[in-house]
Amino acid sequence: MTFSPELEARFDKLLKSYPPGRQRSALVPMLLYAQDEVGCVSDELIDEIARRLGVTPLAVNEVMSYYSMLHRKPLGKYHVQVCTNISCLLNDGDKLYEHACKKLGIGHKEVTADGTFSLEEVECMGACSWAPAIQVNYDFHHFVTPEKLDQLLDGLKDGPPGGPRK
Amino acid sequence: MLYNEPSPLETKVLSRRFGLPNSASIDTYLATEGYQAFRKAAGMKPEQIIEEMKVSNLRGRGGAGFPAGMKWSFVPRNSPKPKYIVVNGDESEPGTCKDRVLMENDPHQLIEGTLIAGLAVDAHAGYIYIRGEYRYLIEVMDKAIAEAYEKGWLGKNIQGTGFDFDLYTHTGAGAYECGEESALLESLEGKRGIPRIRPPFPAVVGAFQCPTVLNNVETYCAVPAIIRDGGAAFAALGVPKAGGTKMTCLTGHINKPGVYELKLGFPVKQMIEEVGGGIRMGRKLKAFIPGGSSCPVLTAAEVEGATMDYDSMGARKTMLGSGGVIIMDDHTCMVKAALRIMRFYAHESCGWCIPCREGTTWLKKILERFHQGGGTRSDIDLIGDISRNMLGRTFCPLGDAAAMPTLSIVEKFRQEFEDHLNGKPCPYEHEMVTA
Repeated sequence: MTFSPELEARFDKLLKSYPPGRQRSALVPMLLYAQDEVGCVSDELIDEIARRLGVTPLAVNEVMSYYSMLHRKPLGKYHVQVCTNISCLLNDGDKLYEHACKKLGIGHKEVTADGTFSLEEVECMGACSWAPAIQVNYDFHHFVTPEKLDQLLDGLKDGPPGGPRK
Repeated sequence: MLYNEPSPLETKVLSRRFGLPNSASIDTYLATEGYQAFRKAAGMKPEQIIEEMKVSNLRGRGGAGFPAGMKWSFVPRNSPKPKYIVVNGDESEPGTCKDRVLMENDPHQLIEGTLIAGLAVDAHAGYIYIRGEYRYLIEVMDKAIAEAYEKGWLGKNIQGTGFDFDLYTHTGAGAYECGEESALLESLEGKRGIPRIRPPFPAVVGAFQCPTVLNNVETYCAVPAIIRDGGAAFAALGVPKAGGTKMTCLTGHINKPGVYELKLGFPVKQMIEEVGGGIRMGRKLKAFIPGGSSCPVLTAAEVEGATMDYDSMGARKTMLGSGGVIIMDDHTCMVKAALRIMRFYAHESCGWCIPCREGTTWLKKILERFHQGGGTRSDIDLIGDISRNMLGRTFCPLGDAAAMPTLSIVEKFRQEFEDHLNGKPCPYEHEMVTA
């Protein structure tokens, strides 16, 4: 499997970050950074990371299944994550999530037919004082109202094409 | 950047550079006493650094509140093994968003804190574990680390002191449990974030099975000020058994939500009314969570006379926790709040211990049914029983974290559970509209 030069450079740096014999430490970061580039944690990616770290694919699978940000199936180009945890809930985060479901016509962990958007009801994302909050890919949006969400999603729909989760 | 206006009632120690132009750059840092504490510490004996930390009365800011100087003193300095500094930047406790602003606005303060910890315990490498959702902060920290290497504040023979120190960032990938220190160490080693049995504690057997200092971001960020101005000055800012300030996140039904740096011992009422501008829409306080969703909930009556410190909260059988204050007004459905909190813990339970794995799931199911109007009177006691059977029966505090708020809500707001026994959906739901 080949990756971009930037990702390879990131892997090199990661593998040098840990004490000798402890390269397995790079496993979770490698999976997440690679997922950002290839779209999901595919079988092929699992095999590749396992080979590079000298562990079994089973071990990689076992670890990846623990982490909620690692996905086996491709997400939409824009992954919309709506927090409904307590501080967001108190600021109508649950209603915002329902609005997002209606707006996109999809539910939790689903992807729109054209692959542009995916949706996820997420747990606390660390934006509690600026609730309700969402993340689109890695970008935070604070004090989101249904109107602001509509504007944001409409803007992205017609936005320039880009890679997944960039 | 800052996401809220500062308050004149703040005491700016850790946040003193917030709002300065390019506050995250090393030039700004160096121009504002940055790295001077490291220079001072490099001229001190390690025991003196740890003594200064003890004098400061700095208690761990992640939630547990363990005295930081004591934690550092447990590291066997003479061990032949390498020692490590690990920063817990996995900030995931609902209600908490303070480490984010500390890293974003002043990353060099954190770097300097890790350097001083390195001097104190003879460690030469450190890892900053940052939750996966905070990707932009990995970029912020990596940039700051690169600047520090470039200007000789990281790497070999730092500023001619003979001290070597390397620092790395490490991303998580979505797991609340990894904020628990031993689970974080497992995750750092490329495994599932399952907690370790303790003892041995991380100070003796931590990262890569070596002695490790593991503290929260905010704890390390307090270290430069302690060394620079002295532990006594830091201690004087707080209350007798807890020194300094606390980065406090005001969240929920409050007019001016935000992250504010307040002296430990700050009166809760003043915090709500003056710092936070009061409860939204002129409503009254119903429930108060001092430091993240795992803390037992206080009623408005219990908040009377309370101050934001470990002892005042301890006297009220709750905890100062992480500083994630959650404010609920008198229109809040406490059953719904309990349900949402439990849904979180059921989602995040790592499954290692049965009381936590099963308890959180069953409580979630019962609360869900209850909130929808399908509860029975005996369920109310059952919720309490299950919670009590989880308390203290798990490897890590996640089981307690789930049980404590639930138990407090069912005990203090029992009437609201009774009100849900009419076979209809939540009687409070329509009132929870906030805007």
